[in-house]
Amino acid sequence: MKNKYSIFSLIKNAFSQHENWKQAWGNPEPKKEYEAVIVGGGGHGLATAYYLAKKHNMKNIAVLEKGWIGGGNTGRNTTIIRSNYLWDASAGLYDHALKIWENLSQELNYNIMFSQRGVMNLAHNLQDVRDLKRRTHANRLNGIDAVWLDTKQVKEFCPIINISQDIRYPVLGGTLQRRAGTARHDAVAWGYARGADAMGVDIIQNCEVKGIKRNGYQVEGLETTKGFIKTKKIGVVAAGHSSVIANMAGLKLPLESKPLQALVSEPVKPIIDTVVMSNAVHAYVSQSDKGELVIGAGTDAYISYTQRGSHDVVEGTLKAILELYPIFSRMKMLRQWGGIVDICPDASPIISKTNIKGLYFNCGWGTGGFKATPGSGDLFAHTIANDEPHKLNAAFNLNRFVSGDLVDEHGAAAVAH
Amino acid sequence: MFIINCPYCGERDQIEFSCGGEAHIVRPKQPTELSDDEWAEYLFMRKNIKGVQFERWNHAHGCRKWFNMVRDTSNDKIHAVYKMGEKPPVI
Repeated sequence: MKNKYSIFSLIKNAFSQHENWKQAWGNPEPKKEYEAVIVGGGGHGLATAYYLAKKHNMKNIAVLEKGWIGGGNTGRNTTIIRSNYLWDASAGLYDHALKIWENLSQELNYNIMFSQRGVMNLAHNLQDVRDLKRRTHANRLNGIDAVWLDTKQVKEFCPIINISQDIRYPVLGGTLQRRAGTARHDAVAWGYARGADAMGVDIIQNCEVKGIKRNGYQVEGLETTKGFIKTKKIGVVAAGHSSVIANMAGLKLPLESKPLQALVSEPVKPIIDTVVMSNAVHAYVSQSDKGELVIGAGTDAYISYTQRGSHDVVEGTLKAILELYPIFSRMKMLRQWGGIVDICPDASPIISKTNIKGLYFNCGWGTGGFKATPGSGDLFAHTIANDEPHKLNAAFNLNRFVSGDLVDEHGAAAVAH
Repeated sequence: MFIINCPYCGERDQIEFSCGGEAHIVRPKQPTELSDDEWAEYLFMRKNIKGVQFERWNHAHGCRKWFNMVRDTSNDKIHAVYKMGEKPPVI
């Protein structure tokens, strides 16, 4: 890898006032033809290109990004990583990702600031307690670490939580996955971009796809704002805009795109050293390394591509946060933003072939795709390279909406959307 | 977040309404005759348009009546509101 990052390169560059660092990835113009083209330069798309080049020896590939690397949902999420999903198929998928996360900084030679600070999911009513205990058992049967904590143990693990039983939704306990945590979201995109670029992948920014050319049931190329690009394989990883790309190919997907909001507070000294999520009151919070509280809100309840979000959604989330953490009552919120998420009817993703040869979709991650980034890229690369799904993503095919074999994580999600 | 002109109640805040998704999807007349593909198409597949979209809304915290709306999903601008059973306007 060119320009390997290490303590020695840091010292060496210090002598030249850090003015001679090379660009981490290039800025090429598109070639006429590629072996495969990935549409979408977010974390999932870049990871797909990285693993296509690394594990499947496909070097003549391009990633097309309509904006800039890390400017979409990759840079807009709340950076939470966990794998404590209920169903076997989901547990396999998300834990595959978590295992890659654990060595990703070393593999990419890029500090993605992966921090296994634990993720705690709270229960606020009897049904929550039953559901979360069931999930704990299911996780352990799948080899995923999970423990049940009673109210006192919740307080010990995160002392600022209000465990008064007099509040509207009292804390009755919670689950803890200690291997879960957070990572620096845009560093993940940058690390994969740098790694893919070093293996010869063309990362083409400011290049929007305008059409998909097909000959019967075989793709032939893409119309883009930078001209026509010929290719036999197209992997679409366009998140909230997946349906827009699908419509270009004459396909319909079982997706609805909605704005999902997050917000951060002014930075303060370390106060919360884990991630706490609560489904019943819809609030989740962690603290970034800069000291900001990172708070995730819900989705707007209607289709929109506006990348904003409604004020009432934020208001509801902050009400819940204040009841659970009265200590935050005088904190000021610094920034708020929205990202467009593509939600499947069963709240599980689609990593799948389509009935058009050479057209593959990796979409439907909805409100929780960041955690799966490395695993998603790895499995999607396998699917594209072999024209067959890997056994870990076989259940996440598009055909499940016809067969009825859904992976229903809606009721099992950490927070409902 | 926007203001919706309910055809029965007039202008109200969007928070009073709930969205029922894509409009004019007709329930199959002969469900028993349907193939799995046709069921999937009816139940799950959506246009999910970025741009002008026809959709159903319910004034959940108001008159509780359903109606249709034409809205641009790329900027949340509402082009038309019309009652159930009325002919969709040409936009």
